[in-house]
Amino acid sequence: MAEAIKTGAEVAHEVGFPPFNAETFASQLFWLAVTFAFLYWFVSKIALPRIAAVIADRKQRIDTDLDDAARLKAQADEAFKAYEAELATAKANARSIAEDTRARLSAESDARRKSLEQDLSARIAAAEKTIADTKTQALTHVGEIAGDAASAIVERILGSAPTAIAVDAAVKSALDGR
Amino acid sequence: MASPTEQFEIRHFTGPLFHLGDSPVTFTNSALFMVLAVGVITAFLAAATAPRAVVPGRWQNLGELLYEFVASTVRQSAGKDGLVFLPLVFSLFTFVLIANLLGLLPYAFTVTSHIIVTAALALLVIFTVIGYGVAKHGAKFLNIFVPSGVPGWLLPLIVAIEVVSFISRPVSLSVRLFANMLAGHIALKIFAGFVAALLAGGFAAFLSPLPLAFTVALTALEVLVAVLQAYVFAVLTSLYLHDALHPGH
Repeated sequence: MAEAIKTGAEVAHEVGFPPFNAETFASQLFWLAVTFAFLYWFVSKIALPRIAAVIADRKQRIDTDLDDAARLKAQADEAFKAYEAELATAKANARSIAEDTRARLSAESDARRKSLEQDLSARIAAAEKTIADTKTQALTHVGEIAGDAASAIVERILGSAPTAIAVDAAVKSALDGR
Repeated sequence: MASPTEQFEIRHFTGPLFHLGDSPVTFTNSALFMVLAVGVITAFLAAATAPRAVVPGRWQNLGELLYEFVASTVRQSAGKDGLVFLPLVFSLFTFVLIANLLGLLPYAFTVTSHIIVTAALALLVIFTVIGYGVAKHGAKFLNIFVPSGVPGWLLPLIVAIEVVSFISRPVSLSVRLFANMLAGHIALKIFAGFVAALLAGGFAAFLSPLPLAFTVALTALEVLVAVLQAYVFAVLTSLYLHDALHPGH
């Protein structure tokens, strides 16, 4: 193998090492200048501006989308807050209405009970008065009944009725002495 | 076995078209592959930028990927204002990349395996650096040779070193690419030649799969080198352009 490499090196030496063959430099430089100039023109005037524009456009679109999203989220938050506030006032309203109603109903029932109690106590007072009247009346009749009974008893025992005055006095003393 | 350097020979497809000075200009295999490389790049970029869709398709996505890749390379190495040079770096990167990769195809010619081509590209970069630097900063551009924060007695030495390093830039830039391409293709050729030699060598033929396997592995390595050298060329170009933009270090 060493032989083959040596042969190769020898051949190269004979024809000259191609990269150092100055006769080809002009052609290579000319074509390099032509092709690279075209490439540079295409890259700088067409390709890169297009790519940069697309990337910038995308970035801008994403940014605006993000802004929109942030704005909508803020709106949603606000709406939620408003809803919560509304809910809170509604709840407070409902509570106050319930309280009012309860107070009104208890006041009404209190009033009705009071009037009922007054009515009842008036009736009780009337009934007590009647009882007391009846009792006093009955008590005034006790003397008479006792006198009648006493004169009837005396008449049965003595055969003659005592005088009404004597009977009254005797009944009175008996009632008083009791 | 053919010489390993035969693949670098310039073949003339036409007679002299005209003369540059004394040298005849012909259409050669080198010119053909330059045209092919630029054709591939422009066709790809045309396909990638034709739809201009907000939601990119495959080709557009690839084009945008390439754009972002080169743009971020320039941004990191040359700074944000280095993006004015994006078309130049983009053209250099794609040209070197496609020329390298096309050269790996069988029977293909490698444009970047000729020192005159890589030297021309490197000089384009350096003259761009000097031209832009002088146009923008005038005499202040010479500050690139004077690093800040160096004690006065060290300055002559440092300036001398900086001048030498600046002059060696186009040399290293062109020789690195040229030598990588040249060495890689020679190595490929030699190991592929081993296969043929062993097959023809009678009893040793059973050994021929070894260099074949090595050739396959080397081909993969050469693809890596082809991409890497294009990237290195682009990064170094951006770094040198950084000097043109900010000469004060």
